[in-house]
Amino acid sequence: MSALVIENLHKTYRNGFEALKGISLNVAEGDFFALLGPNGAGKSTAISIIASLTNKTAGQVSIYGKDLDRQKNEAKSMIGLVPQEFNFNMWEPVVEILVNQAGYYGIPRNAAFQRAEESLRQLDLWDKRHTQARWLSGGMKRRLMIARALVHRPKLLILDEPTAGVDIEIRRAMWQFMKQINSQGTTIILTTHYLEEAESLCRNIAIIDHGRIVEQTSMSHLLSQLNTEHFVLDISKPLTMAPELPGYNLQLVGDKTVEVTVQREQSMNSLFESLTQQGIAVMSMRNKQNRLEQLFIDLVAQSKSEEQSS
Amino acid sequence: MSSGHVKRIAYQTIVTKEVLRFARIWVQTILPPAITTTLYFIIFGKLIGERIGMMEGYRYIEFIVPGLILMSVIQNSYANVVSSFFSTKLQHYIEELLIAPVPNWIVLAGYVTGGMARGLIVGTVVTGISLFFTDLTINSYSLTLLVFVLTSILFSLAGFINAVYAKSFDDIAIVPTFVLTPLTYLGGVFYSIQLLPEFWQQVSLANPVLYMINTFRYGLLGVSDIDVRIALVIIVAFIVVLTWYSLRLLSRGVGIKE
Repeated sequence: MSALVIENLHKTYRNGFEALKGISLNVAEGDFFALLGPNGAGKSTAISIIASLTNKTAGQVSIYGKDLDRQKNEAKSMIGLVPQEFNFNMWEPVVEILVNQAGYYGIPRNAAFQRAEESLRQLDLWDKRHTQARWLSGGMKRRLMIARALVHRPKLLILDEPTAGVDIEIRRAMWQFMKQINSQGTTIILTTHYLEEAESLCRNIAIIDHGRIVEQTSMSHLLSQLNTEHFVLDISKPLTMAPELPGYNLQLVGDKTVEVTVQREQSMNSLFESLTQQGIAVMSMRNKQNRLEQLFIDLVAQSKSEEQSS
Repeated sequence: MSSGHVKRIAYQTIVTKEVLRFARIWVQTILPPAITTTLYFIIFGKLIGERIGMMEGYRYIEFIVPGLILMSVIQNSYANVVSSFFSTKLQHYIEELLIAPVPNWIVLAGYVTGGMARGLIVGTVVTGISLFFTDLTINSYSLTLLVFVLTSILFSLAGFINAVYAKSFDDIAIVPTFVLTPLTYLGGVFYSIQLLPEFWQQVSLANPVLYMINTFRYGLLGVSDIDVRIALVIIVAFIVVLTWYSLRLLSRGVGIKE
């Protein structure tokens, strides 16, 4: 069964801005799905419509087979949303925010306290349960929004830039947590500007730009479309000019740092052999940019030129 | 879980949240109206009232008690919903309710019940204070209670509509300052409209607050400037219209959805 089906979704705002131009999406049950796009592409509008925060202009949305127009409450009860902006009562104690949210889904107060404890412990916020939300740090506020979204145990969790502005340690802990709840059966849709995050977590991906889906495929298939990769090599001895290797484009960017562009059909072994023959030892190597980032930039640039030409 | 069960728990949750909100800040919500009306009782009831003499067969302080009780119900029911729902919008936690399977009428009922709770608690406190200044006679318990409840419902609904349209804190202060307070003061809290010239008596009849105050006064003292049956019909009609309008605003997402 599909966790989410979107068909021909349109949204035109009152000022005439067409945010969505007929997008269609299908997210399978249990998937970890990335919805990527530049700022203003339409991601948040799409998410707001799925979460009933924005009225659509046209199109259909169904959650686990329940139509968002005709079976509204059944569909809504299966969604949990972690929005981009903090949207809780800053003056309310943490535990009450969760208990109230559980209540809106029909969970009685006593059971809601138990659920709240479970969610807060999972996200390491139990010690802060009596603290007013405004006194939490940025990372804690993000975790509070995740705990709140999970308190009614949704089957579909939508995370709209959940790790924005949090330090790397907390971000990695959150990744681990997201993987864990996904492995327990929760379907996750993730939007993020950290493409490394999407690459390491998500199995399927859609890229949206100018209100249209420009790519929808599996992460592995998308990454296999990468024709060239750029690497940064740290070498053992200082050079005054870039080494010349037939078939490779090398640039000296520091006296002991070289950038190289490798085509998909070229092997890394032959690159290293050629360097070794010139007496250059490679001490370490890294991607110049994230692979998904490179593809993302290409796809968005392509979409932009198509938009301009049309 | 049945749909009815979900709605019942959601309603209880909104009401509990609303009551806890104003109870937590009782120094700002319950205490000020108690102090203000105590001052009204001292100044208008005792100091000035004793020089005014009788009004419609009652001592002046006895005459103004019903109006002052109902004024506190009006102001506090209104203030509770307008400030609470506007904060909900301003801090975006209205989204917690929009995303959840909570029908619009439950949202409205929850906020209105919260407003009623504060209005009725403050009204009861003011009634208790009035007993320090005068004996309270009750002509009709049922009518008194009915008007007490209907008035709090009506002004909770009015506060809700104000909050839906409000875009800033100034917007939630304008209606109480320029509409609610003048209507209440000119609605016969401190005087009988029989004291006014004929023309101003007719003008006063266009003030809906006059009907509530007079019906409440009738429930307590048994005197009224107007026909109580007509007054009840008018109050109920206002409630029906404001409920319909509030639900329409919610279903269209005015002020809360794009």
